[in-house]
Amino acid sequence: MLSLSDKKILNAIQTNLPLTPHPFAELGKLAGLSEQEVIKRLNELRDEGYIRRIGPFFDSDKLGYVGTLVALKVKEGYMEKVAAVINTYEGATHNYERKGKYNLWFTLLTQNVAQRAKILDDVRALPGVEAVMSLVSRKKYKVNVKFNLK
Amino acid sequence: MDALDKKIIRTVQNDFPLVAKPYEILAERVGISENELICRLKRYKDEGQIRKMGAVLGHYTAGFAANVLCAWVVPPDHMDTIAKAMAAHSAVSHCYDRTTTEDWPYNVYTMIHARTRSECDAVVEELAQENRLTDKVLLYSVKEWKKTSMRYFEEEAAVR
Repeated sequence: MLSLSDKKILNAIQTNLPLTPHPFAELGKLAGLSEQEVIKRLNELRDEGYIRRIGPFFDSDKLGYVGTLVALKVKEGYMEKVAAVINTYEGATHNYERKGKYNLWFTLLTQNVAQRAKILDDVRALPGVEAVMSLVSRKKYKVNVKFNLK
Repeated sequence: MDALDKKIIRTVQNDFPLVAKPYEILAERVGISENELICRLKRYKDEGQIRKMGAVLGHYTAGFAANVLCAWVVPPDHMDTIAKAMAAHSAVSHCYDRTTTEDWPYNVYTMIHARTRSECDAVVEELAQENRLTDKVLLYSVKEWKKTSMRYFEEEAAVR
């Protein structure tokens, strides 16, 4: 269960982890907790899965990466093997089996389009892969997951 | 981005130390001073390479046990207005304009979160009505094969 001070810390840390030598002391001021209390509680909240990741979140475009959403038609019986190959790509960060005529969907970030083309060619050649679509992102209207805990 | 920038990014994208002076620990790992690390990170934030310094919560933290990827056919002339309106909805965490193919006309992708599947469906209906969209497809997940955070510039490190 989340206490009121947990919610205050979580709401604050979602958008602003201070870039100062003692960031957790500053967060503590917002919730009326000491630096050590904040650190202890954040460790627990991370271990319990309430927090997925803490730190800097990068803008992939600004780092020079290109992104696409890839959809595959995978023949019955081949799903597990195909998914396992996709999972080996560093830039394939989200890989989901979904309902529909395209049944495997993954996001792919690469440092350039040539790298992407190479991966897509390799995926197209996998046994059981009947079709591949690459849906390139033209514009990102929202990328931020932020929840307001009340 | 020079070699030091890439080394910093490779280091800080891993586990963030939950200790009194986290930047001191990270700076040691990079091999620079705490002050230099903080200055560089501030610069990345100002220039936009870092879009946020903070945390991402598990969806369950906010009570969201269900989610759905919904793809829409949005008239290109109204793209900006409609995509912005959908992005403004609090249940929508991601909203992208993407290219289409011959047999796949959907150009906008929204990730929707709610407590239950029927609440997700209700959000989809709400978005459809508010933006007068009829052509859409709900892509419910059957199995999660991988979900990780991107780790940048790792391949270069492996080569070295």
